[in-house]
Amino acid sequence: MRNESLILLGVAIFFGFIGLVYWFTSYEDGGTAMLVGTCLLGLLPGSYYLFWHRRMGFRPEDRDDATIEDGAGEVETFPSSSIWPFVLGMGAFMLVLAFAFGMWFFFPAVGLIVTALVGVTAESRRGGHV
Amino acid sequence: MTDVITPTTTGDGAHGPSVVDVAGHEHEEHGPTGLLKWVTSTDHKVIGMSYMITSLVLFYFAGIMALVLRIQLATPSSSLVSFAQYNELFTMHGSLMLYLFAGPFAFGGLANYIVPLQIGAPDMAFPRLNALSYWLYLSGSITMMMGFLVAGGASEFGWVAYAPLSNATNSPGLGPDIWIMALVLTGFSAIFTGVNLVATIFYLRAPGMTMFRMPIFTWNMLVTAILILIAFPVLTGALVMLFCDRHFGTHIFSVQGGGSPNLWQNLFWFFGHPEVYILALPYFGIATEIFPVFSRKPVFGYKGMVFATLSIAALSTGVWAHHMFTTGVVLLPFFSLLSLLIAVPTGIKFFNWIGTLWRGQLQFSAAMLFAIGFLFAFLMGGVTGVMLASPPIDFFTHDTYFVVAHFHQVLFGTAVFAGFAGLYYWYPKFFGRMLREGLGKWHFWLMFIGFWVTFMPQYVVGLLGMPRRVAVYPSYLGWQSYNIISTVGAFIIATSFAVLLWNLWISWRQPVPCGDNPWDAHTLEWFTTSPPPHHNYSHLPPIRSERPTWDYHHPDSPAIAHGEGRPPRGDKVLVSP
Repeated sequence: MRNESLILLGVAIFFGFIGLVYWFTSYEDGGTAMLVGTCLLGLLPGSYYLFWHRRMGFRPEDRDDATIEDGAGEVETFPSSSIWPFVLGMGAFMLVLAFAFGMWFFFPAVGLIVTALVGVTAESRRGGHV
Repeated sequence: MTDVITPTTTGDGAHGPSVVDVAGHEHEEHGPTGLLKWVTSTDHKVIGMSYMITSLVLFYFAGIMALVLRIQLATPSSSLVSFAQYNELFTMHGSLMLYLFAGPFAFGGLANYIVPLQIGAPDMAFPRLNALSYWLYLSGSITMMMGFLVAGGASEFGWVAYAPLSNATNSPGLGPDIWIMALVLTGFSAIFTGVNLVATIFYLRAPGMTMFRMPIFTWNMLVTAILILIAFPVLTGALVMLFCDRHFGTHIFSVQGGGSPNLWQNLFWFFGHPEVYILALPYFGIATEIFPVFSRKPVFGYKGMVFATLSIAALSTGVWAHHMFTTGVVLLPFFSLLSLLIAVPTGIKFFNWIGTLWRGQLQFSAAMLFAIGFLFAFLMGGVTGVMLASPPIDFFTHDTYFVVAHFHQVLFGTAVFAGFAGLYYWYPKFFGRMLREGLGKWHFWLMFIGFWVTFMPQYVVGLLGMPRRVAVYPSYLGWQSYNIISTVGAFIIATSFAVLLWNLWISWRQPVPCGDNPWDAHTLEWFTTSPPPHHNYSHLPPIRSERPTWDYHHPDSPAIAHGEGRPPRGDKVLVSP
C-alpha cells in the first residue's frame, strides 16, 4: 500500500504547492479553491492508505518475491449477475429527464431508484460476503 | 448469484484462483440467458465490450456529422445546412467525439476489459457499480442524441457551452437542457468508473504484481482514473450551476446578478484541460503496450514512462487557463510556463518510444502501423500545442482554424490512431480470432493519408485568418482551395472507416481462429485463453518482471525487470541468475 499512498500524497503535495504559488501570484479565488480541493482529494485517501499500510505492512501484491500461493485465501466475493444496476441506471435516466421534460417523469424515477437501492442491499445481504 | 474467488492448486502444478459459488459447488455458467443475460451482466468483459461497441457507433455518427460540416465548408456560401443546423452539428460532433467516444472507448471500454486481465484480477473491484456506469453512459448517450428530436433542435453553443451564450436567453429551448443532463449522466458514469479503476488497481493485483511491475497501460489508466476524479466533479458541479442559471433564477454566470461569465470558463477548463489528458493518457498506454511487443524488446525506460505519465497528469491540472489567454483576466506567465513544461515529460515519452523501437526486430502489423502513425500525428499536434502555449501566438491564432487543426491532430492522433491500434492489437484477445491484417493496412494507409490532407490545410487557412465555427465565409479571401483539400481529406478518412467496417464484417463472418497469444506478447492478459473465461484465470504464472507471459513462454530469456538491461536482439541472450 505504500506506493499507492505515496502517489496520492504526491497529488496533495504538488497541488498544495501549486495552489500556494497560484494564490500569491494571482489572488484569484476560483482557481485557488479548485487547487486546494484537488490537494485535499489527494490528502484524504492518501493518508488513509498510509494508515492501512502502517497496520498491514506489505501485502503479497506489494512484494517482489511473492508467489501466487502467498495470495491463498478468499480474494473477494463477486456478484456474477445482477439486475439492480440496470434498474438504478434507468431510474437515474428518468430522473434527469424530469428536469428537462417535466415532473411527471419524477415519480417513476424515484420508484425505480428506491426499488433498486432496496434490491441491491438485499442482494448483498443474501450474498453474505459483499 | 455470487461467486467467491479462492486461490487453489490446479492440476498442472501452477496455482491460482478458481471460482466456486457460495454453496461450494464448482462454478458453471448459470443464470439468465439472451438479452436478460446482457442486461444483468456484471462481468467486466461484457461491460467493456458494450462500452466499446456503443462508443464506436457514436464515433461513426460523429464522423458523419463531420462530413456534412466539411461539405458545407467546401464552397464559400453553401446552403447545404442552415446556420442553426451547422451550429447544432459542430456542437454535437464535438460533444459526441469528446464526451461519448474518446473517453468512454478508453476508460470504459478498453480499460474495463484489459486492466483486470493485466493485473491478474478476476473482475473489477465493484462489478455492480461498473454495470451502473455503463447504464448511465448509455442513457447519457441516448439523452444527448435525443437533442436532435426535440423542438428547437440540439444545443448550438459548442462543446464548451460558454456563458453567456449558454444562458436561457441566448440558447432557449429543450436542446441545451438535454445536453446538460446528458453530461450529468455521463459525468457520473466516468466518476464511478474512475473509482472502480483505482480500487481495482490498488486492491486486486495478483501476488508479485507490484506497482512497478504493472504494464504501462494499467499505469496510465490509474493516472487517468485519478485525473477523472479531479476533473469530472468540477464539470458536473458547473453543469448544475448552469442549469440553475437557466431555470431557477440564479446569476452565477451572468453579470446582471453579480455573477461572472469568466467563472464558467474557469470551471469548465479546470475540467477541460485534464479532460484532454484523460483522452490522451490511455492512448499513450496503448501505444506503449504495442511498441515493445512488435519490437521484440521490453519497453525502454519503464520508470521514466511512469514518472512522465505522473508529471503530465499533475501539470495538466495546473494549466486550465491557457484556453482563456484572450479573456485578459488570467495570469499569463503562470499558465504559459506550466503549459510549456508539459512538453518535457511528453518529450521523455517520445524518446522512450523511439528507444523501444531502436534496434528492435520490428514487425509491421496493422496494430504497429497505427501506433507508429500515432507517433507522427501526435508529434505534429504536440508541437503546435507548444506554439499555442505562448500567449503572443495564441492571441494571434485564438479561435481560428489553426487551433482547430491543432486539437484535431492531438485527439485524432491519440484517440483514433492509438485507439484503433488497440482495437487491432486486442481484437484476438476479445474474440479468439483475427482481424484481417491486409484490410487493416488499407485502413491505416487511407486514414494516415486522409489525416494529413484534412488537417494540414487547416493550419494554413487558420493563419490566413479563417475563424472557427462559421458556416460561410467570403469567397475573395483565398480560403476556398484549402477548404476543398480539407474536405477531400475528410472523405479519404471516411473511406478508411468503410474499410474498417468491411474488415469487422468479413472477420466475423469468416473467422480466422488464433491461439491465446498470437503476437507472442508480454503482459498477463495474453496468458489466459482468448476470449478469457468467466473470472479470467484458472491459474497464473509466477510474476517476476513486468512481462510475466513472456517470461513464462521464454524461460531461457533473461527476466529484465523494469525494462532495464540489455534487450535480446536476434539471438537469445543468456544471463546467469
